[in-house]
Amino acid sequence: MKDIREDIAWAKINQDVMKSLENPRKLYWVILFLALAAFGFGVGCEIYQYRTGMGVENVNNPQVWGLYIATFIFWIGMSHSGTLLSAILHLMHADWRKPIYRFAEAMTTFSLMTAGLFVMVHIGRLWQFYYSLPYPNDRGIWPNFQSPLLWDAMAIFTYLSSSVLFLFVGMIPDLAIARDNMQPGWRQKLYTLLALGWEGTDRQWRNFRVTYLTIACFLIPLAVSVHSIVASDFAMSQQPGWHVTSFPPYFVAGALYSGCAAIITLFIILRYVFRFETYMTLPILKKIVRLTFAIAMVWTYLNAVEFAAVWYSHDEASKAVLIQKMTGTYAPFWWGMIFCGSVVPLVFAFKRFQTNIPVLFAVSLLLNLGMWLERWMIVAPTFSHGYYPWTWDHEQWPSLVAWGMVFASFGWFTLLFMIFCKVFPSVSMYEVKEMVYHRTLHLKKSENAEQGAH
Amino acid sequence: MSVSNLLENWAQVRHEHPNNDKPHDPYKWAMAIDLDACTGCNACSIACYAENNIPVVGKERFQHGQQMHWMRVERYWDEDGREFPDQGFQFLPMMCQQCEAAPCETVCPVAATNHTADGLNSQIYNRCIGSRYCSANCPFKVRYFNWYDYPTDEMVWPAEMQQQMNPDVSVRSKGVMEKCTFCVQRLSAAKVKAKGEGRIVAEGEVQTACQQACPTSAISFGNLVNPDSRVHKQWAAQQVELDKDKQAKNEEEEASELRGYRILEELRAYPSVMYLERVRESAV
Repeated sequence: MKDIREDIAWAKINQDVMKSLENPRKLYWVILFLALAAFGFGVGCEIYQYRTGMGVENVNNPQVWGLYIATFIFWIGMSHSGTLLSAILHLMHADWRKPIYRFAEAMTTFSLMTAGLFVMVHIGRLWQFYYSLPYPNDRGIWPNFQSPLLWDAMAIFTYLSSSVLFLFVGMIPDLAIARDNMQPGWRQKLYTLLALGWEGTDRQWRNFRVTYLTIACFLIPLAVSVHSIVASDFAMSQQPGWHVTSFPPYFVAGALYSGCAAIITLFIILRYVFRFETYMTLPILKKIVRLTFAIAMVWTYLNAVEFAAVWYSHDEASKAVLIQKMTGTYAPFWWGMIFCGSVVPLVFAFKRFQTNIPVLFAVSLLLNLGMWLERWMIVAPTFSHGYYPWTWDHEQWPSLVAWGMVFASFGWFTLLFMIFCKVFPSVSMYEVKEMVYHRTLHLKKSENAEQGAH
Repeated sequence: MSVSNLLENWAQVRHEHPNNDKPHDPYKWAMAIDLDACTGCNACSIACYAENNIPVVGKERFQHGQQMHWMRVERYWDEDGREFPDQGFQFLPMMCQQCEAAPCETVCPVAATNHTADGLNSQIYNRCIGSRYCSANCPFKVRYFNWYDYPTDEMVWPAEMQQQMNPDVSVRSKGVMEKCTFCVQRLSAAKVKAKGEGRIVAEGEVQTACQQACPTSAISFGNLVNPDSRVHKQWAAQQVELDKDKQAKNEEEEASELRGYRILEELRAYPSVMYLERVRESAV
């Protein structure tokens, strides 16, 4: 099976991708409207919470963190696969990433923006948010550089700005194509501005390659560090269930996992909505599915490592938290996480499901449900079964406002993503052309080899 | 503004271990609570509410666990097989332990919670942005968050009730963390008075509200540096030392005469509150 047909004309690639920027289908408007409605609901919740106080989240005094922090980790995690596809696989010369990395990279950027919102939504005095920035001031007051939360803010900001840069730089040749093919109007003006006068000369291509490679190399350690630092929020604390040495790699694996599952979901949606069957082919889908399966197994392994480490550590408090997760109030969610995260991906091991689109769509959604539960199960149970016995009989259930905010974040993400898909080419035209070209070269080579053999 | 300024400030607020690099002089505020004397009457808790303008949140919010009792009296039932009317229990008054190496201090992103020179764990309400990381990392869970805007809430403070608020203590708006301060307003007043007279605060000159209200004098509070203080004598008699993570009581074999211990000492937070174990038949 080949990843892409070798006989696609380059003009056809341009035409197909440019078509995705025009005349939205009805379904597009429906999705956009639903996303906007969901986001609007969240804005309403936030206004209410801002005016009333954080109590409307239904969190209480021992249980000070709730859904917001869990969902924050979820969105940060989602952002990792974009970098995996666009930067790591770029360095590894994996050609199959080419038709799909653009939307994965956009996903990275937008999920980081969503995660950033949850930081804002979570803090009690949003209006004093700037205290956490190290701005120079006459009083000589600085933020606390010892706090993992501050590292977090910095890591996320760096990662977000680098991701935006990477997305933009990788798009320049495509923006030039868009500029040349557009009727005069606001779009053409936008593309002219963003294409930075790209003409496709040799010198430009050379500089472009070097720039792209540099940013890719810069981004990889950032991607690893950003989720390690999110893990530090927990691992650096003293609480049982959080103070775990293996948390940073565990978080990174979980991040890649949920990101890859999200790529499968979006792959299927885009393929259908924009009719990208020629480019987003089933063999490529199969490759992502296999990659996701591998990461799922790594995640399962790291889970097992954590449980074993806790079990044999003689740390009574951590052990109690683990037992509490398995048997206490949160047990259905905890077992749900194990089921969705470790059992459901076994479907991917069967060849006949690896290209079965309805099955893959359902499974990818289940995987992300499992990964969301994982984050919640990291945050919540420690509060209801920590060191101090007074906290043990406290139950907590998130309010409608909190659930609404989580729901709305999906709307906000979808909104950004749908707008992106109509304004910018969501398939990289120049790289698909490269891919087709590599394929022809490969065919020629094997033909020559065959002739030589005769 | 410069980096050197940053580093200097850094050294001022951060130090390594309790009092190795910065000995407490002339004050180190500490407490000793005799659980054998405690009757669980909750007077300390009420006194604390009155002294520190703590909002009474009401039934519904209490059920949500959003209560603000800086000083709480916990009840632990004996598990010796006896049923309710006969079942015994113990009380444990619990408030901020003013840890010397406080887990809450290192994690605050804006450094709103700090250590003072006299060994208190201070909370700067104006600086707090409400990330609640301090409470998440507190082993004792003695930090309370303002989930709602209580000072403007008619249900919490009706207009006529505002007359009884303590003018020395600021009210806290929504979105900030608060906790027991060891009645820092009283400590400051006493220190200012003593400084004006060119001396240090004497034993018995300052009391915390909970100590003052305790009918059995179970709570003693004072300056641990002062060898004449009741707290110092109690700590010394129990051989409890501030910068140790295991006290003489735990080192000795069973049936120790010593009763002094600190809660969750093995976490090495070095609390400033010593508890005296209850003396009872089952424990002797």
